[in-house]
Amino acid sequence: MAQIRFTQNIQRHVPCPPAHVTASTVREALDAYFEIHSRAKGYVLDDQRALRKHMAVFINGVQIKDRDTLSDTLQSDDLLDVMQALSGG
Amino acid sequence: MSDRMHVATRKGLFTFDRIDENWSITQTNFLSDNCTLVHGDTRGDRPPLYCALDHGHFGAKLHRSRDEGETWDEIGIPVFPPRPEGEAPEIDSMGKTIPDSLQLVWALQCGGVDQPGRIWCGTIPGGLFKSDDDGDTWELVRSLWDHPDRKQWFGGGTDWPGIHSICIDPRNSRRIIVGVSCGGVWISEDDGETWSCHAKGMRAEYMPPEREFDQRIQDPHCVVQCPSQPEKFWAQHHNGVFRSVDDCATWIEIKNISPSTFGFPVVVHPDDGETAWLVPGISDEKRIPVDGQVVVTRTRDGGQNFDQLREGLPQDHAYDLVFRHSLDIDETGDRLAMGSTTGSVWISEDQGDSWTCLKHHLPPVYAVRFLKPQA
Repeated sequence: MAQIRFTQNIQRHVPCPPAHVTASTVREALDAYFEIHSRAKGYVLDDQRALRKHMAVFINGVQIKDRDTLSDTLQSDDLLDVMQALSGG
Repeated sequence: MSDRMHVATRKGLFTFDRIDENWSITQTNFLSDNCTLVHGDTRGDRPPLYCALDHGHFGAKLHRSRDEGETWDEIGIPVFPPRPEGEAPEIDSMGKTIPDSLQLVWALQCGGVDQPGRIWCGTIPGGLFKSDDDGDTWELVRSLWDHPDRKQWFGGGTDWPGIHSICIDPRNSRRIIVGVSCGGVWISEDDGETWSCHAKGMRAEYMPPEREFDQRIQDPHCVVQCPSQPEKFWAQHHNGVFRSVDDCATWIEIKNISPSTFGFPVVVHPDDGETAWLVPGISDEKRIPVDGQVVVTRTRDGGQNFDQLREGLPQDHAYDLVFRHSLDIDETGDRLAMGSTTGSVWISEDQGDSWTCLKHHLPPVYAVRFLKPQA
């Protein structure tokens, strides 16, 4: 299972504990996470379910390429980090 | 009189109370967060207070308090419907891509006293949403969003068009008037089922001459309706001041207001549609007070004459600008308050004749709202 963890900055607004999810893409991983932590969804994704402009997602430390459909693929032991970008503050 | 007002700023929400004839901050909320708008319902028991936040990274959110700001809960937020698969994002009439995702909550207005739970929300991009459960859930008003003339709208001071003014007609809660930058004034007579544009007479200097009077691209910065003379409206427009005395059928431009006709906010006296207040800047290219002197202009005769009100306002190297939601008037029409981009907050207890500065160093002010009964 891939591990997903969130920036500390988001925790002030909505609790986002780390979790393990079964997923083959970033989209599947986030969908699985938001199924349990539904309030966090709007903090990370926009109305069209794309990554918010000033958010960033890393797979094993490398930024994902597809911010719109979140199609970047995951391996079972990957580490997914959901961070806020330096822009947008 | 309203003895409480809320001030939404770039770094938090501040509540002022008038105690023993003195105004002071009695409550702070959301300190360090960007509070873009505040709106108080006054209908029923435990009426909600709403605060809109823009978290930048995490998007726009709405919070509600049912204990006058002591505690808050995050509630639902307007969400634009999914774009059909394979469909490209919409392009506005200036060729810019319109995001089909909420950027900013730009207007909040409760429905009439006969519509418990109803609240309207205007957004950037130019969506109108309604809720019938005090903001728990929201529904896009498709009749306006899908109106073919909405495609003529475009962004003004913001990159995309937006709805910043919502008036609920005190004669009929199903009659809704909205102001759009840049999209004119729109009215629904049937609770949002159908819409038509009512900006005849407004003039747009920023368009080619052939389209100067195109109603669908006008840029009213703020539109207000007189509660007791509801056929009378005022609009501070991008390039002038306009009023209507015939229920928005026509708008008349008010020229020759000294020191300037440019600005963002306007308020109207609740009992006298001939009396209105404005806070001018130099022009759209120079968004600062004329000669570095903060002034409020007031007419008592429907725009034929204007007073320049300066007592208590800074008159030397002052560069305060008052945004469209940052001037308010209470239900008596005697008390006004305003807040500026440089963090000053002033109150007047005598219809603007004199002003007292309550704070000099708050964060930039985005909204000032008295808590007052629904018209």
